[in-house]
Amino acid sequence: MRNLACKVAGIPFNNPIIMASGTFGFGREFAKLYDINILGGISSKGLTLHPRRGNTGTRMVETAGGMLNSVGLENPGIDAFLQEEMKFWETIEPVKIVNLGGSNIEEYVQGALKITQDADERHKNKKKAVDMVELNISCPNVKEGGIAFGIKTAVAREVIREVRQVTSLPLAVKLSPQAEDIVEMAVMCEEEGAESISLVNTFSGMKIDIHDRKSMFNNMYAGLSGPCIKPIALRMVHQVAKAVSVPVIGMGGISNASDIIEFIMAGAEVVQVGTYNFMNLRAGEELLAGLQSFMELENIQSLDEIRGII
Amino acid sequence: MHTIVSNERISEGIYLMTVEGQFQARMGQFFMLRAWDREPILSRPISIFNVEENAIQFLYKVAGEGTRMFARLRAQDQIQLEGPFGNGFPEVTGKTALVGGGIGVAPLLYTAKQLKDKPDIYLGFRGQSYLTEMYEPYANELNVTVNGNLLEDLDLAKYDQVFVCGPLGMMKAVALKGEGLDTDIYVSFEKRMACGIGACYVCSVMNKEKNKKVCSDGPVFHAQEVEWHAELSL
Repeated sequence: MRNLACKVAGIPFNNPIIMASGTFGFGREFAKLYDINILGGISSKGLTLHPRRGNTGTRMVETAGGMLNSVGLENPGIDAFLQEEMKFWETIEPVKIVNLGGSNIEEYVQGALKITQDADERHKNKKKAVDMVELNISCPNVKEGGIAFGIKTAVAREVIREVRQVTSLPLAVKLSPQAEDIVEMAVMCEEEGAESISLVNTFSGMKIDIHDRKSMFNNMYAGLSGPCIKPIALRMVHQVAKAVSVPVIGMGGISNASDIIEFIMAGAEVVQVGTYNFMNLRAGEELLAGLQSFMELENIQSLDEIRGII
Repeated sequence: MHTIVSNERISEGIYLMTVEGQFQARMGQFFMLRAWDREPILSRPISIFNVEENAIQFLYKVAGEGTRMFARLRAQDQIQLEGPFGNGFPEVTGKTALVGGGIGVAPLLYTAKQLKDKPDIYLGFRGQSYLTEMYEPYANELNVTVNGNLLEDLDLAKYDQVFVCGPLGMMKAVALKGEGLDTDIYVSFEKRMACGIGACYVCSVMNKEKNKKVCSDGPVFHAQEVEWHAELSL
């Protein structure tokens, strides 16, 4: 067994595999299929201060090499998460990341505050708590907020600054590939005190029903994910990793262990796996075994040997 | 991975796949089927048609790329099955009607076999009926309608419960017809799914109080739970 340990914002990960927000729920369902304690981390389903019922109409269409989704941040809200899902999270080992969305700055701030207070309380009682907040300024599927904060650096700066003030939890900011200048955006996040940058969220895409002569999605556009986005995501991770000194959480289309190695060579500290969870419900097991065998084959002792070498 | 015993064309675009193995499942549940590596991206949710001692059967309609690939499979080919998933039909006693339209007849055979009291079965088809003889031994009364309206012959009030699977319009018609009756009506939904286990929120339907996931809260719902008039996200 090779050492796959990684570290983001001082938090140790057993390995670089984090399950990406929106593809893993809160982990309960996958825990019935395999031991999810082998994972490095889990990023929660995107949470907002208030519960959201999500978008109406078709929510998902397959594409060549990927899928478009328009779920629209359906989630139980932060209170329900803290009351219900944290009971399960208290029992699991992977690093626990809350993906936090919002329709306006106040919602982000109030959400971050609740999560932080809950974590403080749990720490006092020596209970497992949320380890990190991943600020989602990049969801393409909601009308207000989400990606609206992720396009222009100046707008995003305001959100991050406000959230930074109310949370002592390590903060990662999840960037959209639609950002006007993704490197400038990442540098700004670091300046505002984010401990990590995660990228990329889905690409805004479209599918037309040619018989109905309208978009397949009530929201017109939807978020593209899956293997088809990997080359672009990898390039963006490479650019950002070169420009910032905080650790980068790389993602976009990872569907085998070689893809993970590519992201790490491009400079990612750890990675997230999303759509591949749907292609293989036991993705975590397969990817971890694949990472081990690659390292043995190439005689790599630690991922530090290959991180950012490109 | 499991081995395919046979995969026969039953009717226009309708196939019956038999897969080797011992399976335990409740009526109305489904499996996620996958017979390819990377493309298409997603597995396909297919309801259980029949379970035998050493085999499981899926009756499916070719509707897109995935089912087209299923239709090309031959005996001895391999297929991956994850499941069974979902909450199926409730275990009930008393007078039950099973109502299936088109490929919606698929989950009703195993359901009929599992029910303690033999149900009346209503099967509706367009063009051509298929495999109705398989339902006969498990039916108290079997009604087959081709190119007609099977709901005309259906007196909902006669039954303690009615299980329906078919086109949304048909299920809605039964649900509305049953409003105000003492008969419990259960409908089985089909929705696009990514994970099939309740993690991705792709297959949500909006019911009166909150969203439900077709894969893990369903695919079977009590008709009263469903927001038929709003048709939100159905």
